[in-house]
Amino acid sequence: MFNKILIANRGEIAVRVIRACREMGIRSVAVYSDVDRASLHVRKADEAYHIGPASAAESYLNIAKLLEVAKRSGAEAIHPGYGFLSENSRFAQACADARVKFIGPTPAAMEAMGSKTRARQAMAEAGVPMVPGSKRGLEFAQTAELADEIGYPVMLKAAAGGGGKGMRLVRHPQDLKSAFEAARSEAVRSFSDGEVYLEKFIENPRHVEMQILADEHGNTVYLGERECSVQRRHQKVLEESPSPIVTPEMRQRMGEIAVRVAQAAQYTNAGTVEFLVDQERNFYFLEMNTRLQVEHPVTELVTGLDLVHQQIRIAAGERLPLAQRDISVRGHAIECRIYAEDPDNNYFPSPGTITLLLAPSGPGIRRDSGMYEGWTVPIDYDPLLAKLIGYGFDREEAMSRLERALYEYFVGGIKTNISLFRRILRDPDFRAGRLDTGFLDRLLSRHRDDGGEESDIPENGKARIAAIAAGLFAVLDPAGSLNGGQGAQRNGAGTEVSSKWKQAGRIEAMGGIPS
Amino acid sequence: MTYEVMVDGKSHKLELARAEHGWRCKLDGEEFCVDAVLARPNVISLIMDGAAYEIKRERTPTDLHLWVKDARFAVQLHDPRSLRSRKSAAGCGEGPVKVLAPMPGKVVRIVAGAGTTVEAGHGVVVIEAMKMQNELKSPKQGVVKQVLAAEGASVSAGEVLAIVE
Repeated sequence: MFNKILIANRGEIAVRVIRACREMGIRSVAVYSDVDRASLHVRKADEAYHIGPASAAESYLNIAKLLEVAKRSGAEAIHPGYGFLSENSRFAQACADARVKFIGPTPAAMEAMGSKTRARQAMAEAGVPMVPGSKRGLEFAQTAELADEIGYPVMLKAAAGGGGKGMRLVRHPQDLKSAFEAARSEAVRSFSDGEVYLEKFIENPRHVEMQILADEHGNTVYLGERECSVQRRHQKVLEESPSPIVTPEMRQRMGEIAVRVAQAAQYTNAGTVEFLVDQERNFYFLEMNTRLQVEHPVTELVTGLDLVHQQIRIAAGERLPLAQRDISVRGHAIECRIYAEDPDNNYFPSPGTITLLLAPSGPGIRRDSGMYEGWTVPIDYDPLLAKLIGYGFDREEAMSRLERALYEYFVGGIKTNISLFRRILRDPDFRAGRLDTGFLDRLLSRHRDDGGEESDIPENGKARIAAIAAGLFAVLDPAGSLNGGQGAQRNGAGTEVSSKWKQAGRIEAMGGIPS
Repeated sequence: MTYEVMVDGKSHKLELARAEHGWRCKLDGEEFCVDAVLARPNVISLIMDGAAYEIKRERTPTDLHLWVKDARFAVQLHDPRSLRSRKSAAGCGEGPVKVLAPMPGKVVRIVAGAGTTVEAGHGVVVIEAMKMQNELKSPKQGVVKQVLAAEGASVSAGEVLAIVE
């Protein structure tokens, strides 16, 4: 087993991996950019090293720098988390060359699966069901031709993409050109790879994915599916396991195909095979994600397996502790992705300082978070702050626990999408498990009249209570009202706080309640 | 103590006096007995007639809000003794309408340059923050009078990017 692991990531996932390391008696090494000095992962790790400026290209994507830190700290392995370099085969290769174990698949397996176009080709050959489209990246002229041939709507996707980045839905031929350029430029910026391919767009499909684990001794198992249909702008928002529509028979079929996909690529470590499921429950191979997924906790809760522990054990050469027949899905888990974004402003990202944080706990609740009170959410990275997961004996119990926990959860100072989950969990279609990837857009297009909490006090009663509380705050907590000292800008020693944050701090100091 | 409290733009007169158990409050002439404890900075536990509330105070760079259950109220409090009623009127009249940056970010593209005729909902400027591109749309039908942002420029929240008339 390793003695020390470097985590080449930030935010909640870095904290997640650091925790696993501590549980396994392994020392953890964090890395941070200029704006992450005060981030939670740096506080939680055993060691921490600065790797560069805010720009990810110069810090979290800087392969040379990361390997230099690995060498300097004596880390024997690197966990890449998700995003950043997690699906970059050059990084995996560079690790191998530097004799640092990359906790993930081999560069060859990543290359086979990491490029969606190559993966599609390989899977078509292996007889895995596919959605019609191009097998590789195309120039614009060919893209337009193929789109006409297979018919609109079509989807443009970055070959190296993930997490909805570099993806564009096109319904009309006249929109293809600008979408193509936008997808390509986003792909270049996010993945340094402008390859864009085309697929037929299946109207209102479900998005269901299968978790697999493969050791380095030829054993591969599947750990059940995750329903990820609740999405916005092709970005997952809520995931659950098991899927409300997957029967044990369908799970086995899908799981066996996922294992076949993995074995065809000689895949090792944790991976996820994504499928689109149409209204008749036919499923099509979408892509394989060669990393740990954001939503891995729901699988952990229903299988009882710690996926990060397993990843580390597999990378250390251990065998899988379980055979397929030993794995069963028990209970139900639902995850909410808490993002720093403004529900009243079209869910735009909303960075800023967290001035108040009240976190839920209690039965069946797990919270994987990268934030804390007083921390300033940087504008430079993904707006995912935390994940709240509810677990229960069945779906109904998981939902009610989650709803209760959301009621307890309060993040002040920045906008978050917490209120969105209250709406989702109260929605009749969601409660009945009637989901598809259009579900969330439909919910959001409806008026928010269903968003209110059932409560015994009318709205004007609450306003009167607010008025009384305003006076009481001025008396009981005047310091917090006026000088902005509590929850003021703290952005890490030696870090230059940009002028707009200084400005914001000044407004905050002046705008409080005079006592 | 007497305060003038604005809650979501509506003015209330509040009088607070310490009582044996908690506070005697008079809100717009109506009396209440309230027990209040500061549980931690920005959180008051309040008991009123047996009903318990956890009130959260949320400060952002520009505003102050109080949360009662799931309801959020913009709150301003004036102590009439201190005659401080400086107000920056954010006028929003007829005619030209501004397209504002809703958050700090970087301008990646000008979709509709000065002189372009736009429909309501037509994209004007694309800005990027947290790796997401967002197209800012024209709030009305008209002509783009002026574009104040340059491609590649960093902008802060609330900055005027373009004017549509």
